[in-house]
Amino acid sequence: RRQDVLTITPWLAPIIWEGTFNSEILDGAYRPLNLTIGVTAFAIGKYTRFVGRFLESAEKHFMKGYRVNYYIFTDNPETIPNVQLQPGRRFVIVPIKKYPSWQAISMRRMEAINKHIAETSHQEVDYLFCLDIDMVFYNSWGPETLGDTVAAIHPGYFNVPRSQFPYERRSSSAAYIPDGEGDFYYGGAVFGGLVKKVYEFTRTCHMTILTDKANEIMAAWQEESHLNRYFLSHKPSKVLSPEYLWDDRKPKPPEIHLIRFSKVDKNYKEIRD
Amino acid sequence: RRDVLVLTPWLAPIVWEGTFNRDILNAQYMQKNLVTGVATFAVKKYWFFVQGFMSSANKYFLAGHQVNFYLFTDNPDHISHLQMAPENNLFVIPVQNHSHWQDISMSRMDIIRRYIHSQFQYEVDYLYYIDIDVQLFEHIGVEIIDALVATISPWQYTTRRDSKPYETRTESQAAIPKGEGDFYYTASFYGGSVAEVYKLTRACFKGVMEDRENGIEARWHDESHLNRYLLYHKPTRLLSPEYYWDEEL
Repeated sequence: RRQDVLTITPWLAPIIWEGTFNSEILDGAYRPLNLTIGVTAFAIGKYTRFVGRFLESAEKHFMKGYRVNYYIFTDNPETIPNVQLQPGRRFVIVPIKKYPSWQAISMRRMEAINKHIAETSHQEVDYLFCLDIDMVFYNSWGPETLGDTVAAIHPGYFNVPRSQFPYERRSSSAAYIPDGEGDFYYGGAVFGGLVKKVYEFTRTCHMTILTDKANEIMAAWQEESHLNRYFLSHKPSKVLSPEYLWDDRKPKPPEIHLIRFSKVDKNYKEIRD
Repeated sequence: RRDVLVLTPWLAPIVWEGTFNRDILNAQYMQKNLVTGVATFAVKKYWFFVQGFMSSANKYFLAGHQVNFYLFTDNPDHISHLQMAPENNLFVIPVQNHSHWQDISMSRMDIIRRYIHSQFQYEVDYLYYIDIDVQLFEHIGVEIIDALVATISPWQYTTRRDSKPYETRTESQAAIPKGEGDFYYTASFYGGSVAEVYKLTRACFKGVMEDRENGIEARWHDESHLNRYLLYHKPTRLLSPEYYWDEEL
């Protein structure tokens, strides 16, 4: 058990840290359900260079022993490497168009995921995780993460007072969160849940993003701001600790016993042009 | 709360005062327009407890939300007029009594199962069984609402697994192998969604009947069967012994 960190939210959603759960018991409960877990990841422009490492590390650590469908959204299918997958795991390329700026690409993810769920993945998966591609799995990511709606705590803000959370603070934005409100600062690189719930969530976020666009405002951290607004009003049923959304550039604090999924260090200027 | 376990190894919350914010939970509950039921039995002399139970439950059990109380009794006439909160409903359901209290105790499971099937599933989303000889002293609210909910027995909370009073004789359907078992749950307060409570009561009663046919009776009667069921069908939420205490402790 963990006494050094918060392991349950005020609305009684578990916060997943190493030491809070027993993988055997969870596997015993989930494996017999014959679930298929979906993963969406966007590899646009130069970001296709991350696909190989993402998939290889996912094959080693992500939902081992479960059926997994990887949906790689890309504007450049030819540059996607062919990665060897374990049995029961599939890889699907979803072609999408490239938007002119990295912010626009980032914001249109919600719409793309929502559309894809409606057309395809709702029939193919039970749970869906939407992950950033420029990341690597270092340790196990298993059924402890499954829940109706799942969000992850941003690694930069888990130890920081609420007043410092970089929520959108302009009341003209649909992602606005006033001072004094907010539970956690969730990261945009990881979210998920039952496919039906992810559909609802991505639809709402896409709507609020469009509302802002119509009012010619862009939220402070793009769709991450909208995600935080959504999860304030629709509290996640499960919260992942920053073990599940780390950043290779950050030194490991004592609360983090295990890094499972982390953003790789890169040259942002070069890759986003 | 750092002094107690707030999460089971299978990530079910263990509800203690200080772990939750009832306002947030109330908002979520009301959004979904849920109705909760309570089933309880007042058989033979237990009619004596009805007044105390109903008045404290009306005041403290899911206060402000609609609750259907299903009171099973062999003595409907003995139930004096009970004052119910405006949002609550009372259904008095006559039942037969048995000569032994253990039989009454064991047949409760089957009665609940049958009534879920014929009536409760159409009237409530969640259903809780609570012993009649309890009184509520503090609010018990929507923090108890989840798919399959069990209460940790106050007697056994602090003891190590080996000394929990599970049934161990392998001839009984309620047997739990030595060294196994997560917690010792009380049969005095349990519940969940009607679907889950149906499955639980059906399984427990089946175990009771098989034991009876084999001439054996579990150590703590239906509570032994409940514990076995919950070992293999883990509760999605646990209530701490705050939710069922015994003043003699």
